[in-house]
Amino acid sequence: MKLSNILSRQNRILLRELVITDFKLRYQGSVLGYIWSLLKPLMLFAIMFVVFVHFMRFGAGIPHFAISLLLGLVLWTFFNESTNQGMQAIVNRGDLIRKINFPKYIIVISGTISALINLGLNLLVVFVFMMFDGVQIGWSFLLFPVTLVIIYAFSLGLAFFLAAAYVKYRDISHLWEVFLQGLFYATPIIYPLQMVIDKGGDFAAQILMLSPIAVLFQQARADVLGHEYMITASQLSDNIFYLAFPYVVVASVIVLAIFYFKKNQKYFAERV
Amino acid sequence: MTTKKEIAISIENLHKTFRLPHEQHSGLKQMVIGALRRNRKKGYELHHVLKGLDFEIEAGDFFGIVGRNGSGKSTLLKTLAGIYSPDKGAVQVNGTLVPFIELGVGFNPELTGRENVFLNGALLGFSRDEMSAMYEDIVKFAELAKFMDQKLKNYSSGMQVRLAFSIAIRANADILLLDEVLAVGDESFQRKCFQYFAELKKNNKTVILVTHDMDAVQRFCDKAIMIEKGKIVASGRSSEVAQKYRELFAADSNIPQSTTKKQNRDGTIETDFIQAKINLRKTSEKLTFDITVRQKKPLKEDSIVALGLIRDTGEQVFRWASDEKTKDVLSFDPAHITLELQNIFPEGTYDILFVVKSRDRSEDYGTFTDILQFEIESRTDHPWDTYWKPQERFTIEPSKVGGR
Repeated sequence: MKLSNILSRQNRILLRELVITDFKLRYQGSVLGYIWSLLKPLMLFAIMFVVFVHFMRFGAGIPHFAISLLLGLVLWTFFNESTNQGMQAIVNRGDLIRKINFPKYIIVISGTISALINLGLNLLVVFVFMMFDGVQIGWSFLLFPVTLVIIYAFSLGLAFFLAAAYVKYRDISHLWEVFLQGLFYATPIIYPLQMVIDKGGDFAAQILMLSPIAVLFQQARADVLGHEYMITASQLSDNIFYLAFPYVVVASVIVLAIFYFKKNQKYFAERV
Repeated sequence: MTTKKEIAISIENLHKTFRLPHEQHSGLKQMVIGALRRNRKKGYELHHVLKGLDFEIEAGDFFGIVGRNGSGKSTLLKTLAGIYSPDKGAVQVNGTLVPFIELGVGFNPELTGRENVFLNGALLGFSRDEMSAMYEDIVKFAELAKFMDQKLKNYSSGMQVRLAFSIAIRANADILLLDEVLAVGDESFQRKCFQYFAELKKNNKTVILVTHDMDAVQRFCDKAIMIEKGKIVASGRSSEVAQKYRELFAADSNIPQSTTKKQNRDGTIETDFIQAKINLRKTSEKLTFDITVRQKKPLKEDSIVALGLIRDTGEQVFRWASDEKTKDVLSFDPAHITLELQNIFPEGTYDILFVVKSRDRSEDYGTFTDILQFEIESRTDHPWDTYWKPQERFTIEPSKVGGR
């Protein structure tokens, strides 16, 4: 996995074809086709909005909470999809791996790329809603792509680890499903972080914000909506180690996952 | 030949072992149980498939790998293709290599023929533009123009392999790995494949063929190895290896087999079962084969007689076999067969392949090559085309020579 090889011409060609195939197959036989990748998060948003914003009044008094909820859901959908598709990638393409030798990481990347395409489409919808909601886009928006890149890199790292582990231990998919369910509620997506501070104090919020996903999601929303509306980790503590911790986790996950994947990939063909 | 050829593939002390799990091993449960147990019994068995193979394949060789089921030949092929990594030893490949291990690698039944062409092409490293440029040729070669917009799941296996093969030969690789691909496809397609093989040979490409079909090994391969229980038990000229393979089978299963074989360059052949004589009368219009077969022991009711013409390029340009209509061909003893072929063959030196075996192929009464050589001169009135089949006419009767 030399860096120069990762995006060699052959690999780009293969990646492209795999992504196209994935996309074609996913919605084959459904009438609305690709539109489903837009409709699904929107419908999920509609449900969450009615339940948590309308009835339970989670974001009462917080400006642009609906947008914050929508963006959170869109990002979560991406994280969920990319890690799950990445995890299944090697096993699902077992027939290919058993018959031809090619860089295995291409399949994992292709699994995450179709999630990335969905994210792009969904973000367009988010921006349309933002215009209706009268969100002012400030300078902090320039940081948004950077935050997205970090989220993608983290998802891809996890996908590499999960994909390699899933070849060996098929239990991983069930474990990951449960883990994701837990993480969903442990991340301020459907509820604002302010609510945690109000009910459990700063300490509870500080604990929550140890999770890289919570930090990155808050950061992404702050980039889009403006830092005055969103509580980021830096408002909870100014301890440099505390602030660096989630990013250290992200970096270590990526490095360890690539190492683990590289070590195991030569056995994929016989174990898958 | 004193010129030293380049080495395409060199294998040194190759070992490969698989772990075979005892039961469902791919779970955390197994891992936890394994960790808790004091006397940690391994959850798997080691299966030593390749036990130290050493051989070299020279560039331009048509190389056969033969062996029984479970002998390790497919594992070897997959190791050569880089799909499995060796536990010990080294595999060195010089040049680009395209494996053709099963029908259509990466073919997806839910996609159309067209979409699969592009996907499969990408696996061989071709971009969309490159594939578009080759698309017409591929479809034409596969003879599937009418079916390209249908989903692959509606294709027959023969159609799938034709499509797969048509793409694979575009790969323009230095080394081609083929696993039992000759078994599928009808005769006209097979003939195309053989012609392609002959072309590869001419262009000094290396082809590695894994097969059970000893006829194919003899027909195409220059050299071969036989693998048995993970070791090389025979290597050398393909005809010698094929003979050893047949002996191995015969020794194992008491299949009646022609053990003593005598043959002369003048077309006289003899085994335990049969005695035969082949004569050729040749004009620029016709090739007439007079074949007389005597039975030394009674043969099975519906045995078949086959005769093939092999050009010096290795290509089998024609094959005749007694079929359903003529299955009583050997009910006469001696039997006299006259096979008359329109002479439309391309110039070259030819050799004859002659086979007598039972229809179910369980008994081989005699398989011969190198029995009768003849030349066909260069000509302009009949340009050769593989699509052509010569007009043929044959008669079968009790031999006039000493008939009853």
